[in-house]
Amino acid sequence: MGTLIEEIFSRRAGRPVQAGEILLLDVDYIMSHDNTTPLAIKAFREIGKPIYDKNRIVLHLDHAYPAPNVLAAENHKKIFEFVKEQNLPHLYHQGVCHQVMIEEGYITPGAIIIGADSHSNTYGALGAFGAGLGSTEIGVAWVTGKCWFKVPETIRIELTGKTQHGVYAKDVMIYIAGLMGMDGGTYRSVEFGGEYITSLPMNERIVFPNMSTEIGAKCGLIAADEVTLEYLRAQTPAQGNYEMIRPVNPRYERVVKIDVSTIAPQVACHPDVDNVKPLEEVAGLEVHEVYIGTCTNARYEDIEIVANILKGKQVHPFTRVIVTPASQRIYKKAMQNGLIDILLDAGCTVTGTGCGACIGRHGGILAAGERALTTMNRNFIGRMGSPEAEIYLASPATAAATALTGKITDPRELLGK
Amino acid sequence: MSKAWTFGENLNTDEIIPGRFNITIDPLELAKNVFCEIKPEYAKSVNAGDIIVGGQNFGCGSSREHAPIAIKGSQAKCIIAPSFARIFFRNAINIGLPILECPEAAEDINEGDDVEVNLATGEIFNRTNGHSYQARALPDFVLKIADAGGIVNFLKEHDIEELMK
Repeated sequence: MGTLIEEIFSRRAGRPVQAGEILLLDVDYIMSHDNTTPLAIKAFREIGKPIYDKNRIVLHLDHAYPAPNVLAAENHKKIFEFVKEQNLPHLYHQGVCHQVMIEEGYITPGAIIIGADSHSNTYGALGAFGAGLGSTEIGVAWVTGKCWFKVPETIRIELTGKTQHGVYAKDVMIYIAGLMGMDGGTYRSVEFGGEYITSLPMNERIVFPNMSTEIGAKCGLIAADEVTLEYLRAQTPAQGNYEMIRPVNPRYERVVKIDVSTIAPQVACHPDVDNVKPLEEVAGLEVHEVYIGTCTNARYEDIEIVANILKGKQVHPFTRVIVTPASQRIYKKAMQNGLIDILLDAGCTVTGTGCGACIGRHGGILAAGERALTTMNRNFIGRMGSPEAEIYLASPATAAATALTGKITDPRELLGK
Repeated sequence: MSKAWTFGENLNTDEIIPGRFNITIDPLELAKNVFCEIKPEYAKSVNAGDIIVGGQNFGCGSSREHAPIAIKGSQAKCIIAPSFARIFFRNAINIGLPILECPEAAEDINEGDDVEVNLATGEIFNRTNGHSYQARALPDFVLKIADAGGIVNFLKEHDIEELMK
């Protein structure tokens, strides 16, 4: 009996648990990347105890990969040496960690995954518990296989209706960020449900738990259903019979009801993710860089939306348009289906996979006074380079429309009915 | 004296230490650029034992531990705020950087005030205006980690199960 997070934690604890309890639970996988693994190694060495279960450790190189400078290269070298020394089985450098975690089948309904990355919430899209932690706790979990959790209270976001043409999951989630505020879900589990969510394919669902981080949530969850199981069967090596855990007579701290049919394309404006406006209020603002990438919106379907809008056209000459597929697998599929050709012909720069420009490390750094419109999930000051640059967040369709005009542009003007 | 340095609401990890500096994990190196974009004078003139006073949702954003490490590296004694972002809260506890939740103190303390903090009891005294405040008590297991000077030190001596006993 309980909310989705109570149901997931109860199964792991082996007894019914309720919000407010503090639990020490076994974790299925422990994720970290090139930015956070070196500190986890440091904690691991200081603790001085052996790894509990090598199979649970999953490492990625994505944040500054390939290395843009010597320090990043030293980090990669350190990680490779550690993997060899400890004989660790799971090291990836084929895309943004969260996308690769899903593609490789680590994320399954009811699983508990901790990650040294704040967007580890993403895993909630498949009915798993995913939460971001710091590197020290990752080093601790390597040694113990466990992590402490306070069972969070739950905010249920009930989404009904159908979106208008040209409005995507990203627009709905940006709208939610504006409504809830960036601390509206702090310490909470945010459960996304309702007929709108259940109607969505996996690539659109992922946006909601991914950006639950932006409202401060401990985790963002969508109950696993047939869509989830079909996605796992068709797209990943995870082929088990997973239980579709659902909330049972849940007691929610708060229920927020939203009819998505009323939502127009949205933009999260400089400098805060909850500074949200309907696109029409900021339409026409000059944009110097359009960046389509990240764990939020660089999946195959996102790239397809962008390619469909850019096909046969040219991006604005004074706007740099950068497309970074979220994984090698996505890159390859986009290439095989001709999408990369379309993007290149339109004047886009298509980069290797990874997090690059999203964290101002490489591949699209902004100068002072510049403005970017991107499919990222956060727009902190200085995140993409100069602290005097501005970052606006929007859907892939809005990003593509903006790429053509060099100004923030409503994609509905370009999408055929 | 312990000088208070005040910050606004929703202070994010990029404002504490911008991502481009996170290529190192050396606390002293990180401390050179802590708050560089929002309060550049901090890194130049902070003294060991000074106090950080923040607004609600302090440390939101990334999971990067570089943020609390940069603050710890600057030799600040502790952070007082009405509330902390959850990953920052965990990270600060885990690395042994004391954090106190106290809305009254966070509201009342001004930049430059001379503030005395008793970490064991949560008592906060503002020598500048004579006000005292009581911080919210931390859960037992958090105190165990804090007492050990961080979770790494705790695990050197104990099994993780002992946290919950």
